[in-house]
Amino acid sequence: MTKSGVKREGIMGTLSGWLYLAPALAFLIFFMVYPLIDVFIYSFEEGYNSASQTYFGIGGYNYSYVLRDPYFLQAVKNTFILVIFTVPISTILALLISLALNSIEKLKKLFQTIYFLPYVTNTLAVGLVFMILFRKTPYTDGLINMMIKALGMTTVDFIEGPYWAKMLVLCVYVIWIVMPFKILILTSALASVNPVYYKAARIDGASKTRIFFKITLPMISPMIFYLVITGFIGAFKAYSDAVAIFGVDLNAAGMNTMVGYVYDMLYGDGGGYPSYASAAAIILFAIVLTITVINLIVSKKTAPKG
Amino acid sequence: MEVRLEHLTKIFPSRDKKGSEVVAVNDFDFTIPEGKLIGLLGPSGCGKSTVLYMICGLEKPTSGKIYFGEDDVTDIPSEKRGVGLVFQNYALYPHLTVRQNITFPLENLKGEEKLTKEQRNQKALEAAKLVQIEGLMDRKPGEMSGGQQQRVAIARALVKMPKVLLMDEPLSNLDARLRLQTREEIRRIQKATGITTIFVTHDQEEAMSISDMIVVMKDGIFQQMDAPQKVYDDPVNLFVAKFLGTPAINVFEAEVNDKKLYIGEDMVMDKVNVKDGPVWCGIRPEGFILDEEGALHCSLTGVDVMGRDTSIVSTNPKMTGLNIRAIISAEDLKLTSKDSVRFNIKRNKTLLFDKETEARIYYD
Ligand SMILES: Nc1ncnc2c1ncn2[C@@H]1O[C@H](COP(=O)(O)OP(=O)(O)O)[C@@H](O)[C@H]1O
Ligand SMILES: [Mg+2]
Repeated sequence: MTKSGVKREGIMGTLSGWLYLAPALAFLIFFMVYPLIDVFIYSFEEGYNSASQTYFGIGGYNYSYVLRDPYFLQAVKNTFILVIFTVPISTILALLISLALNSIEKLKKLFQTIYFLPYVTNTLAVGLVFMILFRKTPYTDGLINMMIKALGMTTVDFIEGPYWAKMLVLCVYVIWIVMPFKILILTSALASVNPVYYKAARIDGASKTRIFFKITLPMISPMIFYLVITGFIGAFKAYSDAVAIFGVDLNAAGMNTMVGYVYDMLYGDGGGYPSYASAAAIILFAIVLTITVINLIVSKKTAPKG
Repeated sequence: MEVRLEHLTKIFPSRDKKGSEVVAVNDFDFTIPEGKLIGLLGPSGCGKSTVLYMICGLEKPTSGKIYFGEDDVTDIPSEKRGVGLVFQNYALYPHLTVRQNITFPLENLKGEEKLTKEQRNQKALEAAKLVQIEGLMDRKPGEMSGGQQQRVAIARALVKMPKVLLMDEPLSNLDARLRLQTREEIRRIQKATGITTIFVTHDQEEAMSISDMIVVMKDGIFQQMDAPQKVYDDPVNLFVAKFLGTPAINVFEAEVNDKKLYIGEDMVMDKVNVKDGPVWCGIRPEGFILDEEGALHCSLTGVDVMGRDTSIVSTNPKMTGLNIRAIISAEDLKLTSKDSVRFNIKRNKTLLFDKETEARIYYD
């Protein structure tokens, strides 16, 4: 084929590509990009009144209000703790479990089903179970506290007790919820590594740990990066998890998350402030965007080529 | 290093509950002499890779022993055997550069054998020079052609100076021209290093052209081991005779009667000193002499000129296969009739085999 032929096909290819994409793109713009712009505009409209749909002026007041609101700061703190602990722990734990699963040929199928169960089970149902496990009531200590007692330590109320205990439950819960998906992705990533590389590495005399770090890990690293990026985004968006364990009044429990704050500003008891909610949402958006961009840059730099 | 296999057997359990177990390698018992290039030849699925994997320690034999020189290595792990293995699809680590691929085996050395980074790079460069890829050290495998990747794989297998080099169909992923070239290259490298090399292939021409000796196997069973020309001229059974040579040997249903060999009504050879009865008669393509008065009557189908060879294609009611191919030199090519042709046959190119067992029957 001639050079110009290739070129023409290239242009036609791009054109028809966009054409195929058009319906999806239209939806995306209508339901994602337009609302985002709308929220952005809302966040700068000061003193917006939802009944009369009027506002006093344009400015950064909504941001300064939100950034000084102790509930928001608490939510930011909670969210960051959640992200910093759950993303690495769940990824590493999922990797370890996947490695174990991958090495037991016969149990692979069974384990995959068991670990996948939480994924298909409703978040709130799992939350309820967690609450029952961790809660301390006048009638019962809950299963976890009974175990703590059996070990001869003092019991804690994980649901309405000290902050660290509540945070611990939330982190454990989030890790538990996200694990199945990660295990699923990682077991299939591990299974897709061509066994011939392991054979070659054995002939080359590489130890088990060296094989893992020098061959397995680089080969599945695109999947790990995918999980870390989506994990960060998911953890920043955590809300229903906290509701499932601590109920709807998260501000009172001191366990609110950023998405929870946005929701409360809109529909909660003290709600009806779309401007504040918008400002908080834009702040969240900026944080998630920054972290995702950093993640992508790091993954581009380290990802294997070819 | 001499490699000796003693009653080596590998049985794979059946993959599902109903299937039967597979005897991939059945009682292999022979010695591979030191410093030679051995071609292990057989059709796909006959157990060649399994033999190789047992020699390098990736598969454990079901029974039998493997000796490297005087040492029994049967239970010694791969990395301690001092073997290099080249895989069919190269198995280069895709995320590492050529240099990193070649130094990888050296980085695994421990204790007294441990090398500094300079020593490792020096050795890698030597190995790369041997296979002539020293200019590509910083490329990734994905950025190289198949032939170049194969050279890197050979360099990686050679860098520890193995006692035995194993190659599992190393050329089968290359195109025809590159295959010829790389074949010569492997021969050269083997000569230069003097490493005992086992070269697995299903391509008889490949095995014949580069090996000092070839081992022919079928369905896990050893057939014959000898110099390539010897195996061609003197196969032990019909399978080996048919497997070696292009065009393939022409096989006829024949009969021996009173020391005379008949193909149908035609008495093609006399003084055949074997007992009467039906036999398989194999005649190499170069075993035919064109003769107007020849003993063997065939119907002429056509004349094929392929490069320097001219072959007469004909048929005979007693032949097996699609047709008879007789290679005739151009100056002898004098056809008198358009639809029939007669041949005499050369005694040393005519082989007889038992009708039942297909084992070779020696006459004279
Ligand atoms: N890991 C295995 N499990 C079960 N059967 C196997 C295994 N590896 C090879 N086989 C069987 O053993 C036979 C020989 O295989 P192989 O050595 O790969 O043949 P070749 O290399 O000559 O093509 C084949 O029938 C194959 O199906
Ligand atoms: Mg094979």
